[in-house]
Amino acid sequence: MAEPRKIRMTVNGQAREGWAEPRRLLADFLREDLGLTGTHIGCEHGICGACTVLLNGEAARSCLMLAVQADGAELMTIEGLARGGVLHPLQEAFWEHHGLQCGFCTPGMLMAAYDFLRVNPDPTEEEIREALSAVLCRCTGYQGIVRAVKAAADRMRSAP
Amino acid sequence: MATNTIDSSSGYRVIGTRPIRPDGVDKVTGRAKYGADYALPGMLHGKVLRSPHAHARIKAIRFERALKLPGVKAVVTGKDLPEGENKSVPLGEMSVNPRYLGHNILARDKALYQGHAVAAVAAVGLHIAEQALELIEVEYELLPPVMTVDEAMANSAPILDPELRNEEQGDEPTNIAKHAQLKRGETEAGFKSAQIVVEREFRTAMVHQGYIEPHNALATYGSDGRATIYCSTQGPFEVRGMSAAVLGVPVGSIKVVPAEIGGGFGGKTTVYLEPLALLLAMKTGRPVKMVMTRAEVLRASGPTSGSHIKVKMGCARDGKITAAGVWLAYEAGAFPGSPVAAAAMTVLAPYAIPNVLIDAYDVVVNRPKTAAYRAPGATNAAFAAETVIDELAERCGIDPLEMRILNGAREGTPHPAGPPYRRIGFIETCEAIKNSPHYSSELNGANRGRGVASGFWFNAGMQSAAMVNIHADGTASVVTGSPDIGGSRASCAMIAAEVLGLEAEEVRPVVTDTDAIGHTDVTGGSRVTFATGMAVFQAAEDAMRQLKERAAKLWECKPEEVEFRAGKFFAKGNPGAPITIKELAKRLPRTGGPVSGRATVNARGVGPAFATTCIDVEVDLDTGKVEILRCTVAQDAGRAIHPAYVEGQMQGGTAQGIGWALNEEYVYDAQGRMLNAGLLDYRMPTCPDLPMIETIIVEVPNPGHPLGVRGVGEVSIVPPPAAVANAIYRAVGVRLTELPMSPPRVLKAILTHSGQPSSVPAAAQVS
Repeated sequence: MAEPRKIRMTVNGQAREGWAEPRRLLADFLREDLGLTGTHIGCEHGICGACTVLLNGEAARSCLMLAVQADGAELMTIEGLARGGVLHPLQEAFWEHHGLQCGFCTPGMLMAAYDFLRVNPDPTEEEIREALSAVLCRCTGYQGIVRAVKAAADRMRSAP
Repeated sequence: MATNTIDSSSGYRVIGTRPIRPDGVDKVTGRAKYGADYALPGMLHGKVLRSPHAHARIKAIRFERALKLPGVKAVVTGKDLPEGENKSVPLGEMSVNPRYLGHNILARDKALYQGHAVAAVAAVGLHIAEQALELIEVEYELLPPVMTVDEAMANSAPILDPELRNEEQGDEPTNIAKHAQLKRGETEAGFKSAQIVVEREFRTAMVHQGYIEPHNALATYGSDGRATIYCSTQGPFEVRGMSAAVLGVPVGSIKVVPAEIGGGFGGKTTVYLEPLALLLAMKTGRPVKMVMTRAEVLRASGPTSGSHIKVKMGCARDGKITAAGVWLAYEAGAFPGSPVAAAAMTVLAPYAIPNVLIDAYDVVVNRPKTAAYRAPGATNAAFAAETVIDELAERCGIDPLEMRILNGAREGTPHPAGPPYRRIGFIETCEAIKNSPHYSSELNGANRGRGVASGFWFNAGMQSAAMVNIHADGTASVVTGSPDIGGSRASCAMIAAEVLGLEAEEVRPVVTDTDAIGHTDVTGGSRVTFATGMAVFQAAEDAMRQLKERAAKLWECKPEEVEFRAGKFFAKGNPGAPITIKELAKRLPRTGGPVSGRATVNARGVGPAFATTCIDVEVDLDTGKVEILRCTVAQDAGRAIHPAYVEGQMQGGTAQGIGWALNEEYVYDAQGRMLNAGLLDYRMPTCPDLPMIETIIVEVPNPGHPLGVRGVGEVSIVPPPAAVANAIYRAVGVRLTELPMSPPRVLKAILTHSGQPSSVPAAAQVS
């Protein structure tokens, strides 16, 4: 077993540090060492997307990365999406439009959608569906999710 | 029981509206606490050693080296568990045999499927526990695997359990755990009187519920002999009962705390890790946490049965069905208990058929023990029967919906396995599709087709308890023991709000642990809004009765003189009246103390659910890929408490049915090793795979429920595979008889049909 290494990163705007064995997954480090259990693990091989976080501004699977690879990085997790107790328009829209049932995929879905809307702030339904193919939901049939992303996009464009 | 304070004739105030989700903020902020999110000081991590073989005798397990690895605190094997009683105990939608359950938790003398738990380890870290597994040596004697019902039912089949017997074969060892038969009328005479007879044979693959959250459990054990299990489950009371049975400890010594649950669909109604985590906690005196990987979920939790089905149906030229014969053989997995009996009782349930003979076989094979999956057993069987009905309709020249309406079950039609139906809404679901914009739209373009199919599910009643507490500010909480997998917290809050004259947002729904509420059966059988909702309704009525007593006390009148209307308490001729519930709540301490309504039910009056689904497809003739163009589902909800959640259930079930239809299947090699134990290869529908799923909620109130509720959680999964198959037929003229209708199968069927079987590419050579 390799010795733990000290790693530092900025998570949701805060400087965080900890010790991680090289084999430790970023998802496990976030959840267990930093207590950020909103990042979920559904398949640990990069398919379900529940563990999606933003790594230096881009969506990444935290189950496919080692914690030591994120040393020095800037991360955003679901816990960082609401600011000062105010929900992000995506969070509002998922809540209002039933963009969730069990909620397990929701953090990954929200982070993936957040990343997508920055690149494409005015997407068609087809583009939304394509973008969300990165995250699996088994409860909803994706209806409410697609509606929620569209509603959030509209709202974000009208009130930047 | 108190009289209804809800006057439904003037419409409901809360029920039927769409208030915002009570669980929304927790779930969009990451605050919701799922099973794997729990952690305790001093906690150990447990991992399971699983059999790499599908069928093998376990001759020896040597784990001394694992125990010596620094950080390893305990290793357990099947020898650490008591032998359970070998008899069937009913539990929720399925029955449970304590011996089989225990043997599935940890194998004894035989490993019966690849992934079968053989030993478990607790260590100070997850990686150490994983390393320890590698140090355990298991000596196996390999036995020939039995992977399909056909192999298992053959005369010379290797036997999985030498002690298994069924009533028909006497003392002969067998893989057939049970043969059940349903019979009405005389099928032979019925077929003789038929002018058109269709007989077809079907096969469906084993599929998984596919919840995104893997199984998990965290167990603690105190020196006082008291245990607590935190886990994601649909049935905390079942986890308690099953864990107690497997470990041989008293039921009352275990408390189960249900976590937020990341999907269940029936798959989280039994135990896998819970008794193991507790056993390891008992051995070490420390909390033990266990979480499955996705490969473990697929290989070793309970999918639903693959099946072999034969259907013969005859009708008169006018379309009236005269007789039906159905033969069903379902994979139970490694231990008896497939949902084949439910399949037998559902397969023809939407129809009034005078002569029926249904044979159902529960067959053990070297695959994981099956568990419930949304309308367990019904989807496989409906795929078969609903495509045969489609063929009969075509032969008669009748519209497939008219065929269903002509033969459809109504009030008074005898159910194949029971008494006549009370008021049901099957015909209404057919009419709803018939009158839908979808069905009346034109479908143009090459290789496109439209199919319809229907489905039935019983729904369930069973036991529930509820409490309704009135807070000092006049708001309320409703406490139940039903984990919320599909929106039942919202429906419970709305039912209480309706009775108490509150807004839905003023009622906080709480799901509590097994010590804090009366026994509540599993969240399954679409029963929670029906049965727990009934308990909530009665508990809210009880709270209302107490509130009226308090108002009467204030006004020095009789409780019968107090009325509650439009959110206010009145008493004739009393100057203090009216007052609101908020004003009254402040006076509770001085009028007798807290108000807490309670109710327990063993709910009767279950109203069955029907759904009819219409699907348009386009088939790619070059690849065999089927695209879903449009989909509409009509379902009888009885009464939709929160229509958005009802639609969510209809869409979610339909999406799973489409996945079952087109892509999902367990693929094994000849040695019984699963080849696709990951979500890349076990292919569930992604967002671009599905169209918007249009929903039509039909409301034919259930006469057995105070609010007319039927269950809505399951039936929508039943019609899609048959609807897709019927649509494919309309598109390309080929009847598919195997699930999934994946590109290789569809392509093979198209090429065979067009007389070019020799040109089937290698990729399409599926068995």
